[in-house]
Amino acid sequence: MSLDRRNFIKTLGVAGVTLAVGKSTVASVTKGTNIEFYGMLYDSTRCVGCQTCENVCAEVHGLPAPEGTPKVGVVRKTDEKHRTVVNSYKTSKGDLFVKKQCMHCNEPACAAACLTQAMHKTKEGPVIWRGNKCMGCRYCMVSCPFDMPKFEYHSPNPKIEKCTMCYERIKEGGKPACAENCPAEAITFGKRRDLIKEARKRICEKPDQYSDQIYGERETGGTGFIYQAPVPYNELGFNTHLQNSSYPALSKGFLYSVPSIFVLVPPILLGIHEATKDNHIKEGEENE
Amino acid sequence: MSNKVLTPFNLISVPIMLLGLILIVIRFWKGIGAITNLTQDVPWGLWIGFDVVTGVAFAGGAYVLTFMVYILNMHKYHSIVRITVLNGFLAYVFYAGALLLDLGRPWNVINPIIGNNFGTSSVLFLVAWHFLLYMLAQLIEFSPAVAEWLGAKRARKILSGMTIGAVIFGITLSMLHQSGLGALYMMAKDKIHPLWYNEFIPILFFVSSIFAGLSMVIFEGSISHKVFYNQTSENTLKANDDIVHGLSKVCAGAMFAYFFLQFLVFIHGQHWDLLNTPYGYWYLLEMLGFVLLPMLLFFYSYRRRNLLLIKVASIMTIIGVILNRLNVTVIGFKTDMDVRYVPSWMEIVVTLAVIFTEIWIFRWVVRRMPVLRESPSWVKEQ
Repeated sequence: MSLDRRNFIKTLGVAGVTLAVGKSTVASVTKGTNIEFYGMLYDSTRCVGCQTCENVCAEVHGLPAPEGTPKVGVVRKTDEKHRTVVNSYKTSKGDLFVKKQCMHCNEPACAAACLTQAMHKTKEGPVIWRGNKCMGCRYCMVSCPFDMPKFEYHSPNPKIEKCTMCYERIKEGGKPACAENCPAEAITFGKRRDLIKEARKRICEKPDQYSDQIYGERETGGTGFIYQAPVPYNELGFNTHLQNSSYPALSKGFLYSVPSIFVLVPPILLGIHEATKDNHIKEGEENE
Repeated sequence: MSNKVLTPFNLISVPIMLLGLILIVIRFWKGIGAITNLTQDVPWGLWIGFDVVTGVAFAGGAYVLTFMVYILNMHKYHSIVRITVLNGFLAYVFYAGALLLDLGRPWNVINPIIGNNFGTSSVLFLVAWHFLLYMLAQLIEFSPAVAEWLGAKRARKILSGMTIGAVIFGITLSMLHQSGLGALYMMAKDKIHPLWYNEFIPILFFVSSIFAGLSMVIFEGSISHKVFYNQTSENTLKANDDIVHGLSKVCAGAMFAYFFLQFLVFIHGQHWDLLNTPYGYWYLLEMLGFVLLPMLLFFYSYRRRNLLLIKVASIMTIIGVILNRLNVTVIGFKTDMDVRYVPSWMEIVVTLAVIFTEIWIFRWVVRRMPVLRESPSWVKEQ
């Protein structure tokens, strides 16, 4: 019996650890809403579809030059060699360009999904990938509502590729390459809060030119990359059915149940085991 | 049987295992894309959806039986505990092994264990730790058989003293990671067909693992009693019919609970309009044909004590669980894509190779250790 007890105590120990773990989960999910994140504002009314952003992005990150040009009816996608693409859409207000890349969510599903924190929401705002931690499970890809992390399927040492908002440049006080080089000033870099103010100002000043909605202000609990456009966003290939609350919150219910189960179930099982011990003896007697 | 080399099983399994090995070499040399049909949009395919998610559900028999035998002290089922725990243990070892094939950077697999970093907000973090700990718990549960094989009397005494602790720990872990495998998909809210996505996936996965595991126990038992007839002790064979009847009652009950829960989830989901679509018919086939029907068969056959019907019901249940897990993870995943993911023949061969290797190891152990046969006589003296 002494061994049983020791095992039981060990079980409780693990339960304790899980409890602590449960708490830090809460912290990592809710933290961040009060921190001033950097972000980018993209104005589709200004974009001329010149692909400068695509070109400088490839250059800065040592990736192959972009393939193809924005054409109506053709939806190009970011992939493991291209972190950003510009597409053209036929809309109710004429042909419009839209740039696509990682949205740098305030509460990123990819980072909550990552079991090694290789996907990481930095305190500056960019969501980055850290190769020394990543095991290549691709759970970030399953979880991302925008399907932005891309995987090198044809490499024995594969990386996850996606826009990092040029985190290295931001740390040195610089701007993301696309924002710095955009000739049409369609991409503005700054504190997310200021960008939303700026976007609202533009809507107020030219209400006919802009849709009331700022895509990314609320989607998935808010994104770092936010959009302005003259038309409803479903005309521009955006998923307008995404929930406005955080995606990590979807698995919170399950994660919260873990400490309770760990604390409650083992003692109950031990209790039932002790209570039914007689069955064993009775059955033994019958057999004899 | 044990002396023949050219059995049909060997003739089929050896070439597939060799081919699988070649494919695995190619996979590590050229990358995962060289042998799989996975895409940027469908990053998890057959290896996760079937090998891991479905395989672990079928390994659930071990925790259910240890619960019945060690917690509820139902002595009747004691004779099949060892083989079930062995099956469960090997299933975890091999399906976790299959997971390594699917990892792009498998050399980093120890990162969540050593804290580089502890991604505690991740459901997969929980699942990874639980796989590891549960394998240990099952190893402890099975270890007395190894000690008996090696004649290590003192070790056996110590190890069997740890059984109840391992069982309690193992059941708790199983409750969490069986449901955790479902919880993995909670954030894929917009990607899974609404008939299969709901916030109750974790509970549904847990409840279905009960009858998935027991149906597998019934099914495997009917095979291994034939294959290992000369290994099986008389007591086991005698008790077998009674055990199968008992298990079919548990299956029927668990399936009733599961079906009822699925029904409630469906009503609350308000997806009546989706029923009259191809995916709706597919959903109805799963729920009515492979949950409700085998459940009724279980109820009917244990009242009539019809062993054959119980076996039929268990096979149908197994198909139903495969359907359910694949519907959540692969078939119902990103149904709006122009080009749907279909596993490549190479993914299927590797999956078969993993299963066959597991069966080979299983056979190797059963022939040597007291799994189906009686423990050596010195055990009773302890």
